[in-house]
Amino acid sequence: MSSAGVGIRLVGCAKTFADGTRAVEPIDLEIRAGETVAVLGPSGCGKTTTLRLIAGLEAPDPGGRVLFGDVDVTDLPIERRNVGMVFQSYALFPNMTVSENIAYGLRVRRLPAAAQRERVDEMLAMMQIGELRHRRIDQLSGGQKQRVALARALAVRPRALLLDEPLTALDAKLREGLRVEIDTLLRRLGMTTVYVTHDQAEAMALGDRIVVMSHGRVAQIGGPRDIYFAPASRFVADFVGTMNSLQGTSRDGALEVTGGRLPWRGQSSGEVEVLFRPESVTLVESAEGSLTGRVLSSFFLGDRTRLVVEGVGRAPIIVETAASREFKAGESVYLKIDPHALLVLDR
Amino acid sequence: MPRRSRAFAFQLAFTVLVSAFLIVPVGMSITAGLTANYFQGVKSGLTLRWVGEVWRLYRETIFLSMTIAGTCLALDLALGVPAAYVLVRRQSRLTRLFEEALVLPVAIPGLATALALILTYGVYREFRTSWVFILVGHVLFTLPFMVRSVLAVLSSIDLRTLEESARSLGASFIQRFVGVVLPNCRGGILAGALMVVTLSIGEFNMTWMLHTPLTRTLPVGLADSYASMRLEIGSAYTIVFFVMIIPLLVAMQLLARPRQHAAAEEPES
Amino acid sequence: MEGRDRPYLVLFVLPALVFFAAFFLLPMARLVAVGGSGPGGAAATYAAIIATPRYFRSLVSSLVLSLLVTGATLLIAGIAGLFLQRHRFPGRSLLVAMLTFPLAFPGVVVGFMVIMLAGRQGVIGELFALGTGQKVVFAYSMAGLFVGYLYFSIPRVILTIMAAAEKLDASLEEAARSLGARPWHVVRDVLIPALRPAIFSSGAICFATSMGAFGTAFTLATEIEVLPMTIYTEFTLRANIAVAAALSIVLGVITWAGLALARTAAGSTVVASA
Repeated sequence: MSSAGVGIRLVGCAKTFADGTRAVEPIDLEIRAGETVAVLGPSGCGKTTTLRLIAGLEAPDPGGRVLFGDVDVTDLPIERRNVGMVFQSYALFPNMTVSENIAYGLRVRRLPAAAQRERVDEMLAMMQIGELRHRRIDQLSGGQKQRVALARALAVRPRALLLDEPLTALDAKLREGLRVEIDTLLRRLGMTTVYVTHDQAEAMALGDRIVVMSHGRVAQIGGPRDIYFAPASRFVADFVGTMNSLQGTSRDGALEVTGGRLPWRGQSSGEVEVLFRPESVTLVESAEGSLTGRVLSSFFLGDRTRLVVEGVGRAPIIVETAASREFKAGESVYLKIDPHALLVLDR
Repeated sequence: MPRRSRAFAFQLAFTVLVSAFLIVPVGMSITAGLTANYFQGVKSGLTLRWVGEVWRLYRETIFLSMTIAGTCLALDLALGVPAAYVLVRRQSRLTRLFEEALVLPVAIPGLATALALILTYGVYREFRTSWVFILVGHVLFTLPFMVRSVLAVLSSIDLRTLEESARSLGASFIQRFVGVVLPNCRGGILAGALMVVTLSIGEFNMTWMLHTPLTRTLPVGLADSYASMRLEIGSAYTIVFFVMIIPLLVAMQLLARPRQHAAAEEPES
Repeated sequence: MEGRDRPYLVLFVLPALVFFAAFFLLPMARLVAVGGSGPGGAAATYAAIIATPRYFRSLVSSLVLSLLVTGATLLIAGIAGLFLQRHRFPGRSLLVAMLTFPLAFPGVVVGFMVIMLAGRQGVIGELFALGTGQKVVFAYSMAGLFVGYLYFSIPRVILTIMAAAEKLDASLEEAARSLGARPWHVVRDVLIPALRPAIFSSGAICFATSMGAFGTAFTLATEIEVLPMTIYTEFTLRANIAVAAALSIVLGVITWAGLALARTAAGSTVVASA
């Protein structure tokens, strides 16, 4: 089964709730047909509200418009928008079995019984949950409920798939496994998907593009690589992955910090703050032309070691190295930082 | 969303209609009790004459109702609070049976209970013709509410740990009960007390069977006035009843709300 | 250590126990005994309830009336209660207060309210007269009794429905709507199944209360024969003590069974009073 789905556009959509809270500032968003967009941000940033605006569970403040393809659906309530929605709590109907849940959207559309059965079989096969057909909802595990929720949303052949933190309620191992499954499924279906999450690893893995939100505003839109390597603001840099910062004085093509001098081609002079990722730091043998620091603590993670190093800058920095040897606390280490990986961002 | 607001308007109108059904007669009777002539309505002028008549004719019913309610409360406290404590401490089949049994006077019609009392104790004339006879019925009916209210509060706190720490500090049973248990069920006692008084003042089914012309409570008087007096007096009498229970109802409402808030605001510890 | 408290615990529960045994258990036993003491013994007296048309009619009237009231109340209170719980608007708390105030009214006052509504100068009658030229007085008939029972049942059931509606999971409704369910579908497939325990328990309480209600019927007097009134007249006017006792036992068993049913649905002890 594959359907291209529809392109979605939000034009100037804001949302103010009855008690006065402004959940979403006016935003413009364009989602291409067949694309998977991850909406990422901390709790309270407005990502769920944005999803609900697309779904039709909330209406935008006057002036905002929601378009599916070329059609203005702003005034259509959710029951007429033909979207498939998966909720954080799955929201499976407790008084129905698995197949009755999946068939519900079809029942409401008055599909003939035979067609309903056929579609339910198709969904059960696609989600590989054929054996759960007659189970009651309270007998299912978290992962199983997830699959049923997806099956139910897809059964009606929606124009778009909207997922509200679908994996948050599951434990880490299950989450990773399901993440791969969902990714495969979405790619196979080629359906327009909006995926809300606060887990940046999930967003990076699943999204063709990522919309990072904060305080009701869009902080950045871009592919995973853009977000990671070229964050537009301090907030995005901090939220996605780990970011170190060094403050120093710029002089003669180099930055002078507590632990030494590092080559830097930046414009400004005087006090500067640069940001860089832990993997941009290399451990070297000699102190020649490198930064010096002391190991505060080390974490062996199996495939790499994470070090907290102090003395390089005012605050400790995090370094990741593939070196498999043991590091002792207080040990001196010498570092070089890739000058291309240094970023300067305003807050 | 026009279809949605149409549904809203219909439901609102329906709900307002239902409220009107319930409240309009209340308003009417209040008005009737305060106007000079019901048939002419408010035009005939407002007066306290009927209230005065009610006082003259039925004064003793008001006092009796208050006496019975107060005594009923006292008995419920004396019988019910210790019993509730025992029910929390000892959770066995026997205690659960007792709890079930206590509710019986509420589950079966007051008429039946009253009949049973008359058949058994009607012979003792002194008892039968005193207000204590009515009191007994009221206690039977209200005791479960007091017990349940205190039981609910006591079950929600960790009574066992509190008592153990008191015991470890050397407190005797009575000291524990008075110093630890009672203060902790204050809310339940208060809520139960309001409930008991409200129920006792309004009790009719049992009381009508148990009363004598010399022991008439407010609801009994009400029935009498509805049947034999003019509308204005019945209405004025009803006003007196409202005046007595409204403060109790408001107090119960206020008591319920802060407790919900307090439960929500409790700090994690 | 527990054992040391035992004498105190016994002492604490004894007064309530003694009071209850003396003033309830004993009299109830006596009631059962008297109910079986009529000419022909217990079987004959209880059989007479079915055999005598008057008693049987009053039993059936009570049952039918209570069932009708329960159905009507659930419908009315369901619509109003759900509406009030799910919408916030200015004046809402006033409406809730107005709807729950009559909870504390004794049956007599309810009867009086019915007279206000549908008696000889009742407001409903006057409105009818304005519209059709004919005044309608139905307070003293079965219709009036029905209205009265409705009057004290609605506040009770509304409160229960509102409390249950508060606990509803909004995401279930949203999920149904996302699948295309219209409001009516949502009510049928999500709301009513979720509220079933509350509907069942409050319905059972409504039934039990209506069966046992006396004050309302008494105030509205005249020839309406419901079971409590029959018991009353048999005892006080006709001195048929055995029959009165037997009828009371039957009524008590019916109301108790109704409440036991409510309890299994709600999962906790519930009480009815009117």
